[in-house]
Amino acid sequence: MLILENVAQSYGTKQVLKGVNLQLKAGQIGCLLGPSGCGKTTALRLIAGFERLREGTIFLDGETVAGAGAHLPPERRRVGLVFQDFALFPHLDVAANVGFGLRHLKGADLRQRVREMLDLVGLAGEAGAFPHQLSGGQQQRVALARALAPRPRLLLLDEPFSSLDVELREKLSLEVRDILNQEGITALLVTHDQHEAFAMADRVGIMNQGVIQQWDTPYNLYHQPANRFVADFVGQGVLLPGKVINSRQVEIELGVLEGRIPGECDAEGGCAKCDKGCMVDVLIRPDDILHDDASPLLATVERKAFRGAEFLYTLRLPQGGRVQVLVPSHHNHAIGEGIGIRLDVDHVVAFRR
Amino acid sequence: MPGLIASGRLAPWLAAAPIALLTAVPVLVVLSALAHPDQEIWDHLWRFVLPELLVNTLWLVLGVGLGVTLLGVSLAWLTAACEYPGRRFFAWALLLPLALPAYVTAFVWLGLFDFTGPLATWLREGHGIMQLPPIRSRGGVILVMSLALYPYVYLTARAAFQGQGRRLLEAAQSLGESPWRAFWRVALPMARPGIAAGLLLAIMETLADFGTVSVFNYNTFTTAIYKAWFSLFSLPAAAQLASVLIFFVFVVALLEYQLRASRNYAASTRAAATPTRIRLGGWGAALATGWSALVFGLAFALPMWQILDWAAGVFASDFDARYLEFAWHTLLLAGLGAVLVGGLALVLGYAQRLRPGAAMRVTARVATLGYALPGAVLAVGIFIPVAWLDNQLIERLSLDGQVLGGTLLVMLLAYCARFLAVSHGPVDAGLARISRGIDEASQSLGVAGARRLWRVHLPMLRVSLLGAAALTFVDIMKELPITLMTRPFGWDTLAVRVFEMTSEGEWERAALPAAAIAIVGLLPVFLLIRHADHHAHT
Repeated sequence: MLILENVAQSYGTKQVLKGVNLQLKAGQIGCLLGPSGCGKTTALRLIAGFERLREGTIFLDGETVAGAGAHLPPERRRVGLVFQDFALFPHLDVAANVGFGLRHLKGADLRQRVREMLDLVGLAGEAGAFPHQLSGGQQQRVALARALAPRPRLLLLDEPFSSLDVELREKLSLEVRDILNQEGITALLVTHDQHEAFAMADRVGIMNQGVIQQWDTPYNLYHQPANRFVADFVGQGVLLPGKVINSRQVEIELGVLEGRIPGECDAEGGCAKCDKGCMVDVLIRPDDILHDDASPLLATVERKAFRGAEFLYTLRLPQGGRVQVLVPSHHNHAIGEGIGIRLDVDHVVAFRR
Repeated sequence: MPGLIASGRLAPWLAAAPIALLTAVPVLVVLSALAHPDQEIWDHLWRFVLPELLVNTLWLVLGVGLGVTLLGVSLAWLTAACEYPGRRFFAWALLLPLALPAYVTAFVWLGLFDFTGPLATWLREGHGIMQLPPIRSRGGVILVMSLALYPYVYLTARAAFQGQGRRLLEAAQSLGESPWRAFWRVALPMARPGIAAGLLLAIMETLADFGTVSVFNYNTFTTAIYKAWFSLFSLPAAAQLASVLIFFVFVVALLEYQLRASRNYAASTRAAATPTRIRLGGWGAALATGWSALVFGLAFALPMWQILDWAAGVFASDFDARYLEFAWHTLLLAGLGAVLVGGLALVLGYAQRLRPGAAMRVTARVATLGYALPGAVLAVGIFIPVAWLDNQLIERLSLDGQVLGGTLLVMLLAYCARFLAVSHGPVDAGLARISRGIDEASQSLGVAGARRLWRVHLPMLRVSLLGAAALTFVDIMKELPITLMTRPFGWDTLAVRVFEMTSEGEWERAALPAAAIAIVGLLPVFLLIRHADHHAHT
């Protein structure tokens, strides 16, 4: 459906994208996730056609829309766009905004399609309202309806929820996901908020410094990050020093971890370059550690953050390492107290030091 | 009562009310002429004068309205949203015609088209073309005034186009519209309030204009007021005419006010961070550059060059003691006026700050209504009560001749009424930038009242006040009808000199005082350009 091949872009001497590759299948929702300035918005604008591509190729439905001397203007790409600030036309009411791109439809057909779209986003009652009379969430849905109305081949969403309240964000992102799935829309969104990304997308690309670091499912990004940047950017966790015993075992302060050792250490079936005795950093997520009063392994509470249902404790290990652990909030321990913990690691993630 | 005044509760009102009276009295005086029509005068006017005036005014407003919209919107769109050779230069240069009063542009064009003028001579000798289209015609006035007044529309339309950013056009493109169609469906409808605001200002200037139409012998209300007063010596007839004109002006001012109050959607969308422009190439670029250059040339470069050229020619003979006297009168009048108007604007703005509320808003609104009132109307409206006051004084105190009439005081009062809005704008904006927190901080440190104004607000307002005074200075310098009608006998300024020389067809000799006006007039335009640039970049 959407394919980016070696897409590179630079402004002057500043290289914004350095060889981006990605593939999105029909009906999938993809996401580019990364800190600001990582090039994700540029990628989006290249796909939409607002920037001219310098290097590489962009295919849409097998058609070359950019690259190799070709540049299909934005108005002929049939790529819908939901802008960060929604960019609703302030001089048009909701119905006229939604109907804006339906030039080929007239009269009853036009009204019919606008009505369909407003029903889809649950705003049938607001057809005559003007954008400034709507709440942020409503504006968002009008923007979505407007972009979907002309049946685009691909829908792009640029930080679609960033201008909304936090509570609204989560609710809307799930709603939007349902609408997209229901309509079978192929979509690519761009965001710096991983909750948004994980709530919406089937495939997420972690971007940094103009490169997609890893293009994977949210589950894999969390549990099997490809490199330190991804490990650090996605979720919480700490890196503890460890020593490889063999290709299936690594020893850290908390004991010996068993499992395939992936990551940079895992070069072609085993730890070829990182044999016995090799020093690594092992990623320990808060959910890799369980609080267990019966455990002989004690750690001191150094900091605690109340999260409602649970506490996030930062613990100091006997030899000085630090880990984080999520504990149900009825286990209320004081700072300085020693509590028992035990390891419960499903996926061993280790990076060579 | 004294307690109230001392505690400062009434002081803002005592300060603001007289300022509002300065405008309200002339307006009421003129309107009362409408309420008590003199049957004889009215019959004469209705039969011989008004039909022509109404038709002429209507044509002028329609023609200039269309002209300034065409010029202003097209150039604003090109410089705000497109990229073509020379765009950066034209973006600011197209504001320069604001420096030339319309009556100056007018006499240059008349001079050029004159049988002995350079253009006519060149065409006759070089190309054998004997007959030029008559410039002293309805079309000629409309063309010249459109060239002089289009910057109003250009300025507001450009701000509107820039404020939209590119985001909404991109949205239109992503929905399948070409950039050209996106302009018609999105950019233009959205800029409508901005365009209309500039258009209404231009129409107000058109209705207020006296210099241009009298140079062209094109009869409108302002010229008729002047003639009734100074040729027929009938102040009542002048007042009747003024009362009709003020009616039109109020219609336009009301429209403008409503527009300003209802302009709600310009600010609802943030401007795009990256102003990518539509790149014009080939014919498009050539047309854009050509059009910009043509308008710039006709509206500014050509008249300016011609003025300087003529002025240089007569410099040796005309730059004498009399010329210095005109310049001194102008300087004195504009200087006094600027200080006075700036001071009143500060007092009014400060009263609004101390006593915010609906009543004070209305007071300020009345006080700043003068920008809509034609100078000819104000001159009549102020002269009548002053003459009455003079008569009272003469009778009661058995004095000889005029006391107030024909003094600088009358002129200055009229200037205050006319130009208070010019100063009030920047001062008000400056005051609005000073947060209430500053006031409270100063108060908590024991500095309040007049001392706070002096030690805190004035230093913070310095730049705004200077800007306000500079704008007013130049406006007074360019002002013609008030100066012409209320000046002390024989007391001529540069503007009056331009008018007199123009009336006699002495283009070269009119050019010398006009050059001084035009050059000083460039100053506020440069300030405006810097201001506009600053806003575009933040």
